[in-house]
Amino acid sequence: MKRRHFAIPAFAAAIAAIGFTGCKGGGGDKIKVGEFASLTGKEATFGTSSHEGTLLAIEELNAAGGVLGKKLELLTEDDQSKAGEPANAVNKLISKDGVVAILGEVASSRSLEAAPICQQSQIPMISPASTNPSVTQAGDYVFRACFTDPFQGAALANFSTGTLKATKVAMLTDVKSDYSKGLAKCFKEKFLANGGTLTTELDYNGGDKDFKAQLTTIKNGNPQAVFVPGYYTDVALIAIQAKDLGLTVPLFGGDGWESSVLLDIGKEAMNGHYFSTHCAADQGTPKMTAFVEAYKKRFGGKVPDAMAVLGYDSAMLLADSIKRAGTTEGPKLRDAIAATKDFEGVSGKFSLNADRDAVKALVFIKIDGGKFTYTATVNP
Amino acid sequence: MDFQQTVQQLINGIGLGSIYALIALGYTMVYGVLRFINFAHSDVLMLGAFSAFYIAPKVEKVMGPQSAAGAIVVIALAAVICACIGMLIEFLAYRPLRKRPKLTVLITAIGVSLFIEFSCQNPALFNSDTKRFPTLLPEKQFNFGGLVMGSNDIIVPLVTALLLGGMWFIVQKTKVGTAMRAVSFNQQAASLMGVPVNRIISFTFGLGSALAAIAGILYSIKAPGIEPLMGVQPGLRAFIAAVVGGIGNLPGAVLGGLLIGIVETFAGGIPGLSNYRDAIAFGILILILLFKPAGLLGRATIEKV
Repeated sequence: MKRRHFAIPAFAAAIAAIGFTGCKGGGGDKIKVGEFASLTGKEATFGTSSHEGTLLAIEELNAAGGVLGKKLELLTEDDQSKAGEPANAVNKLISKDGVVAILGEVASSRSLEAAPICQQSQIPMISPASTNPSVTQAGDYVFRACFTDPFQGAALANFSTGTLKATKVAMLTDVKSDYSKGLAKCFKEKFLANGGTLTTELDYNGGDKDFKAQLTTIKNGNPQAVFVPGYYTDVALIAIQAKDLGLTVPLFGGDGWESSVLLDIGKEAMNGHYFSTHCAADQGTPKMTAFVEAYKKRFGGKVPDAMAVLGYDSAMLLADSIKRAGTTEGPKLRDAIAATKDFEGVSGKFSLNADRDAVKALVFIKIDGGKFTYTATVNP
Repeated sequence: MDFQQTVQQLINGIGLGSIYALIALGYTMVYGVLRFINFAHSDVLMLGAFSAFYIAPKVEKVMGPQSAAGAIVVIALAAVICACIGMLIEFLAYRPLRKRPKLTVLITAIGVSLFIEFSCQNPALFNSDTKRFPTLLPEKQFNFGGLVMGSNDIIVPLVTALLLGGMWFIVQKTKVGTAMRAVSFNQQAASLMGVPVNRIISFTFGLGSALAAIAGILYSIKAPGIEPLMGVQPGLRAFIAAVVGGIGNLPGAVLGGLLIGIVETFAGGIPGLSNYRDAIAFGILILILLFKPAGLLGRATIEKV
């Protein structure tokens, strides 16, 4: 027995030693970049798209000779759209694989889980598309390549009172998601300030299948539009059941709607609804058009969505920062990312502000005839 | 809340409650005979939905799209597949433990449930993303002076009532049913009287799983996004419904299902409460267990120790 008690600490020490040497990753002939994404599960298209965008960026960078004379190696972990998994994935990427930086995630709840780990390990993390403000508040090693919910919420509130001319709006929030709650709060503040009234405020739990109870009460309040700041699998079912109940006013939401699966499940029930997102494949900027071509060529004719664009932009931002830092050491790389100014991304030109958030425009999309159509751009 | 809204919520609640009732029937059937909760029941429900998902396009080719006959064929085939799966689960996982303490079987049931849920999330099987469930029947909405009733809201309670009648008939009026009751009463005595206990238990599982498959398909018609974990939430509610109604009691399961469905729907429509739907369902369970431990329609039995 005594011998076994001795063996365990020795074993732990050995593991720790391996871990520490692993931390000095990037010392070889390759620069290891870690990525965690929801490749499967409820929000599978978020992860798949951002991963494909990131992959395309890494391949393009390597074809052009890599960064600092070294090739980039992308290590991807799937978090299955589940709470608890991002921590495992990021811990593994940092302590076992020894990556120099982390890219991910789209969903705010999951980025929030990984951010403190990256902060503690002094490994810069860039979230491609998490909009909840608290993500980058985890510390000075956490960045994002997208706008935040105060901006998106305000834009949606202005869209509601301005474009839709809807001042009586009902709101249906996913209480399980930090993204949904955050966006709902930001929307509400600006919407009330604009002179709007919320007829009904109801909640659901992400993953619910029956929304008729909430929608019946919402319908009874006679709103001019319904704000649904949720994720696409739930939104599609909400739209179907709203149509069933004869609730014909437009639904609108944020970038959580951005997925082709929204149309696969919702079909014709999605027509006439609107959402805001980061960029649109048909927005017509030269960089976007070139990206759409390259993406289609690489991924069998698939049209990229906003998550793919942000996945690409986040990887390019990282590569650009490594070049400017001239090293992959955590603190220096951190400073280089923080100093990003007028970065030419596919989603648009952006700089990072003091809160480590990208300051950039958003676009509105209308769903019509089973298609996403670009309607307007809102500048910060 | 005005009168019209109350009636509308009642319609919604009955539509949802009937599905819970149908699932609860399966729980209660198995409990009635074997005295244990088959936690894998909710996963058989999911397998039923996925069977229909894969069968429907093939049936559609032969019978034409969205025909009533086609829908019945799809449901029947899925029910048969799930009946076989149910019997297989019983044969592989529960039968070897027949003589062991009930707790062992209960924990095995949880294991089987997790095994099915997580194997099905493998990309080689169903993968874990949400898929669009095919439209089996053309959905129609009827409008009665502002009240909206979908064809589904009518079909589901009808099917549930029909199946409740069918199950009651099988259990009370047929030879197999008599044997089921005998096995439930005393397994050893039943086998001494020449009742093929193993076959009867297999049959019960088959029947329960077929009910789960039908419930799964009706649930997916209502909310056409299916994924391997879709059974967990309705399964849990139906389990509560079965206990509330008096587990082992067929009409009790239906009563419990309707009760949970209606209460949940009313709670969902009230601002401030919509967040607590699960808490309310479990609250009812706790109250029932405190004040009427045998359930609403259950008879109290004395456990001999």
